[in-house]
Amino acid sequence: MGEQSGAQNAWDMLSDEQSQKHTTTGSGDLNDILGGGIHCKEVTEIGGVPGVGKTQLGIQLAINVQIPVEYGGLGGKAVYIDTEGSFMVERVYQIAEGCIRDILEHFPQSHEKSSSGQKQLQPEHFLADIYYFRICSYTEQIAVINYLEKFLGEHKDVRIVVIDSVTFHFRQDFEDLALRTRVLSGLSLKLMKIAKTYNLAVVLLNQVTTKFTEGSFQLTLALGDSWSHSCTNRVILYWNGNERYACLDKSPSLPVASAPYAVTGKGIRDAVSSNHKRARVT
Amino acid sequence: MANMPVSEMRLPPHLAHLLAARRLDTAKDVLSLPEVELMAILDAGLPTARAAVALVSEAACPPCQTALTLLEERVRLGGGGRLATTLCGLDEALGGGIPMGKLTEVVGPSGIGKTQFCLKLALLAALPEYYGGLDGRVVYIDTEFKFSSRRMIEIGQKSFPQIFRQGLAQKMAGRILVTRPTSLADFTKSLEEMKVTLLQHDVKLLIVDSMAALMSLENEKATAGFRQHPLRWTLSFLKSIAEFSRVPVVVTNQVRSQSNDDGYHFSFEVDKKDGNKCAERFDSHLVAALGIQWAHAVTVRLVFESHSGHRFIKVAKSPMSPAVAFPFVVESSGITLLRDESIDVTGPEITSIRCQGQNVLAR
Repeated sequence: MGEQSGAQNAWDMLSDEQSQKHTTTGSGDLNDILGGGIHCKEVTEIGGVPGVGKTQLGIQLAINVQIPVEYGGLGGKAVYIDTEGSFMVERVYQIAEGCIRDILEHFPQSHEKSSSGQKQLQPEHFLADIYYFRICSYTEQIAVINYLEKFLGEHKDVRIVVIDSVTFHFRQDFEDLALRTRVLSGLSLKLMKIAKTYNLAVVLLNQVTTKFTEGSFQLTLALGDSWSHSCTNRVILYWNGNERYACLDKSPSLPVASAPYAVTGKGIRDAVSSNHKRARVT
Repeated sequence: MANMPVSEMRLPPHLAHLLAARRLDTAKDVLSLPEVELMAILDAGLPTARAAVALVSEAACPPCQTALTLLEERVRLGGGGRLATTLCGLDEALGGGIPMGKLTEVVGPSGIGKTQFCLKLALLAALPEYYGGLDGRVVYIDTEFKFSSRRMIEIGQKSFPQIFRQGLAQKMAGRILVTRPTSLADFTKSLEEMKVTLLQHDVKLLIVDSMAALMSLENEKATAGFRQHPLRWTLSFLKSIAEFSRVPVVVTNQVRSQSNDDGYHFSFEVDKKDGNKCAERFDSHLVAALGIQWAHAVTVRLVFESHSGHRFIKVAKSPMSPAVAFPFVVESSGITLLRDESIDVTGPEITSIRCQGQNVLAR
């Protein structure tokens, strides 16, 4: 691990950054504002009001990370940490089917039994490569994040960790807010370290709450200002008229921008009004 | 798992003794502390503290499954994990019916039919399996004294005449246990006793009608800060009961008028705020009581609303389907859909609740 010997020079980092992999969200417009998709080695926070599609996007990413390399994906596995019980298996199956259908449409020469040891294009295989933890308290949430360091060492093909949602138990069960802040910073450092060490994307889904600023109530992501420093990227999902939009609100290298997206039977895709002609697989 | 005793974790003896000596007896005790504080309490170095945290975490972590094993388990348990409402269009939109093991919210203005819906569900859960029911008991928590046995039996007689004519009315009604807590403390107590009841007595459905009424009782004597607390606890508890016992939990919620305090926009949307305000004013714009934290926590949200002279059941939040609405009426046999084909709902209408004038509320 190079980090232990000291700092890296910026030129070496540039080649690292350029070879950085990303996972498609399913929507070309959304990928564009994100610089290609959700980046490995980074922590991305995704927040939004109830029902706007956070879990849908989380599940889509857990499926898309598995798109085989020969079709432009990462060919990796996913860890899905479910703190609210929102993970509905039938929906995951639908989204897997949707992804497979799009792959077959774009690469018509392939067929369901792909060649030599590569992943078979069956929904069951996609489901089998999502490692799932059901968390019922903040203690378990801390435990699983700590345990991930060992788990990921044993499962080196994981390329994404989704926590849905990172906020739920911390909003409810913590009486001592100062302690909560310290525990959360410890967790966010751990997650950042995991992302870098194991070269994977960490995606944290967050709820919204209301905050009184500038003379009125506004929506903001939960857990407060101290948490908002912890993530590399922040995406906010919101309603704009009749469409769902995503706003890249924080990024080290990309400008703030918004793009529309849609939640369809097949999963996350471009909005109907999009300029992208076809749903992107890669 | 949070309360798992350290003594059961099979840690190396020196660590086990160290933790016990400092009264860190459960996983929660150990893991709630940041690393530096743990080091201070144990009076040990960083490697020791880290080793303790790693081992305790591994022991307290829930078992790892895969999405495939979850699916296979769902298939094995049968019934598709749903309670069918017999409203065909709605069942199809929900993937079979009200999901088991999850929290489903039914929200809408007063008088629109939420309790009627709950009464029908209670009946359905009590019916024998060969009539499409769950053949189980139902716990109905009635906080507003709206439960009417007479009405429920009427619904039963009109919907399932063949069963009820055979005199099974008594047996069916006997399976529905109604409790009437008058305060949050009462409610909390019945919920705690519920855990045992659910397991021992083969309860197949839990209905709370209504949640908001209980919370507003507490609000009258509490400050705003305190208001969050009982709701949070109740939320966690209901969800854990649902998942643990694989039972569907249906909770009804009231509506209140939109106040200026309801922040609807993010800071980057500020310039759009004034423009949108006019567009969002429907006949009588309502919001669900209990707030946004509650809205995040429920898995399925069914909004009962009225506009254009009709009543609609709107699937406003569901992992399985896009937002759709069905027109319905309330008849002697309970709620009936006027059509099984859904109407698509888009945009902010998905999350709004509409109630039109006097026509609907007068009966």
